[in-house]
Amino acid sequence: MSDKILMKGNEAIAEAAIIAGCRHYFGYPITPQTEIAAYMAKKMPKIGGTFLQAESEIAAINMVYGVASAGKRVMTSSSSPGVSLKGEGLSYLAGSDLPSLIVNVQRGGPGLGGIQPSQSDYFQSTRGGGHGDYHMIVLAPASVQEMAELTVKGFELADTYRMTAMILADGTMGQMMEPVSLDLDVKPAPEKPWATTGTGMAREHNIVNSLSLVPEELEELNFKRYDRYKVIEENETMYEEYKVEDADIVLAAFGIAARVSKNAVDEARKMGIKAGLIRPITLWPFPKAPFKAAAEHAKAFISVELNMGQMIEDVILATESKRPVTLCNRAGGMIPDPKQVLNSIIEVNGGIQ
Amino acid sequence: MAVVFDKPHALIDVPLHYCPGCTHGIVHRLVAEVIDELGIEGKTIGIAPVGCSVMAYNYFNCDMIEAAHGRAPAVATGVKRADPENHIVFTYQGDGDLASIGMAETVHAAARNENITVIFINNAIYGMTGGQMAPTSLVGQVTQTSPYGRDPKACGYPIKVCEMLSELVGPEYLERVTVNNVKNVRNAKKAIKKAFQNQIDGKGFSLVEVVSSCPTNWGMTPKQALDWIDSDMLPYYPLGVYKDRSAEQKEAE
Amino acid sequence: MAKLTFKTDNCKGCSLCVYACPKSILQIATDKINKKGHHPAECIDMEKCIGCASCAMMCPDCIIKVER
Repeated sequence: MSDKILMKGNEAIAEAAIIAGCRHYFGYPITPQTEIAAYMAKKMPKIGGTFLQAESEIAAINMVYGVASAGKRVMTSSSSPGVSLKGEGLSYLAGSDLPSLIVNVQRGGPGLGGIQPSQSDYFQSTRGGGHGDYHMIVLAPASVQEMAELTVKGFELADTYRMTAMILADGTMGQMMEPVSLDLDVKPAPEKPWATTGTGMAREHNIVNSLSLVPEELEELNFKRYDRYKVIEENETMYEEYKVEDADIVLAAFGIAARVSKNAVDEARKMGIKAGLIRPITLWPFPKAPFKAAAEHAKAFISVELNMGQMIEDVILATESKRPVTLCNRAGGMIPDPKQVLNSIIEVNGGIQ
Repeated sequence: MAVVFDKPHALIDVPLHYCPGCTHGIVHRLVAEVIDELGIEGKTIGIAPVGCSVMAYNYFNCDMIEAAHGRAPAVATGVKRADPENHIVFTYQGDGDLASIGMAETVHAAARNENITVIFINNAIYGMTGGQMAPTSLVGQVTQTSPYGRDPKACGYPIKVCEMLSELVGPEYLERVTVNNVKNVRNAKKAIKKAFQNQIDGKGFSLVEVVSSCPTNWGMTPKQALDWIDSDMLPYYPLGVYKDRSAEQKEAE
Repeated sequence: MAKLTFKTDNCKGCSLCVYACPKSILQIATDKINKKGHHPAECIDMEKCIGCASCAMMCPDCIIKVER
């Protein structure tokens, strides 16, 4: 067991990225994730890496596209309005099958919104974010330790499947300080024979490209990409179950909402209500199986979210509408407190028996 | 007999998709000749974003990247910084790409003196989409989206990219050339070679603006288009070196 | 003594080579049609060619090989 150090969530992401071998970071200042950029600005020059404050979010994501094309681990980070700007780049990264890690420390929206924590980019992240048919692997940490671990995991998944992995955190997770072990297990990056690093006059030229003007060929590319997504759904779905086995009421929550929900589950149990929690760790692929299984015994589901109800749609789909699913939420940068969640549980349960 | 002129190795032996008489082909060849002469094909990575040259990846023998509209200088920044010692990086961009949608990326790459080579094709029109007004379309120029001629009251004046960037402290080298006759083609090649040599020497951001023709969308024959460069384009876009920091420093010494 | 070789099937008949030739020995062959459907460029008097490569330098499609 290695020593733990006290770190902010944002800093844990930055340090874990460096441990994962990322030596290129491009970003643009935006609250509440700027600590990542500041950390990288301090660290990268000392370890021979690149920190560059780009002229815009658009430029930053395209710098990521450049480094990813050259086959190196690379990342950018931002918060909700900035991620919208990156949407174009995310689509091109997907279309060119390039691996990269993107961090979204969400804040309330839409528009400029606020700077307080939110989960209102769930749709944007899990459905792609930019134009076209594609997905990103979306990882939702619920502790500072997970901020670090999922960053490493994100790089690995991105390289393995040649796609973008996104850390979907929120302002609380980014700012929260917790003890972290940085004894992280990092697997070596795979070979990238497709990368544009110069032919060395020893091979055919490599092309990184998302343009395909022949509809049959473009369709084939999409089919192949979705075959890969299927493999990811089968092999990489992650979630945590908490007291679900005998639960009558199952909560669904990720990130900070899951921490609050866990407390509410314990409180409900004390009152004799059999509550449980399924915490998706991958939001895409969404862990459908545990929800489907829980729908066999649970009476009802509650989706606890920091938005107007986005993940709830996936819960309804995963439970195949067999049980009622209600929403327990706050929006605009507010976090539901355990009492609100507990009240939801009691209400759905039809009171305390 | 000795071969005195043939297709350069860095240019792939396939038909180009460009319209008859389009000078893109000439500039492609010049870039390829320079890559050959400098012996850098094996370490060169080219980036062609959206525009007529979006399929340049089919034409250059070096590694190639297709980028989003206007974003090539940012992508180039990433590729260059991924391995500054071993990557020679060039972008190949049109006027809509470089001076309109990608203006921020252009200006900031220049301001950072990013060690890349930018080939900028200024033909005063959006070619790929069928001839719309470009940021460099001349006052009075008739295009699909300025059917009564570009009216400066409504849409301002064409942007002189070399002049504008020359006000920045950052960039190393800015030159405007054209390819409308043999002599100018020779000069254009010299400028392109210098822009690549600067990168090899670590001098920084080098941009060559090539005043080019678009016979199809200008509604001219290829020859008329080359003549129009002389009569209409060059008076507004004078040829010449707009910045050459190393030469200026040498002179000052 | 010089020799021009045209990759005729890639010619688009733009005639930029014709205007570039200082000896006026190139023309667009209006009696021929290549695979692309263009009238291709041709040399009508190779004896007069000085191998200056002006035609090749102006050719946007890189179809002319010059030997001298």
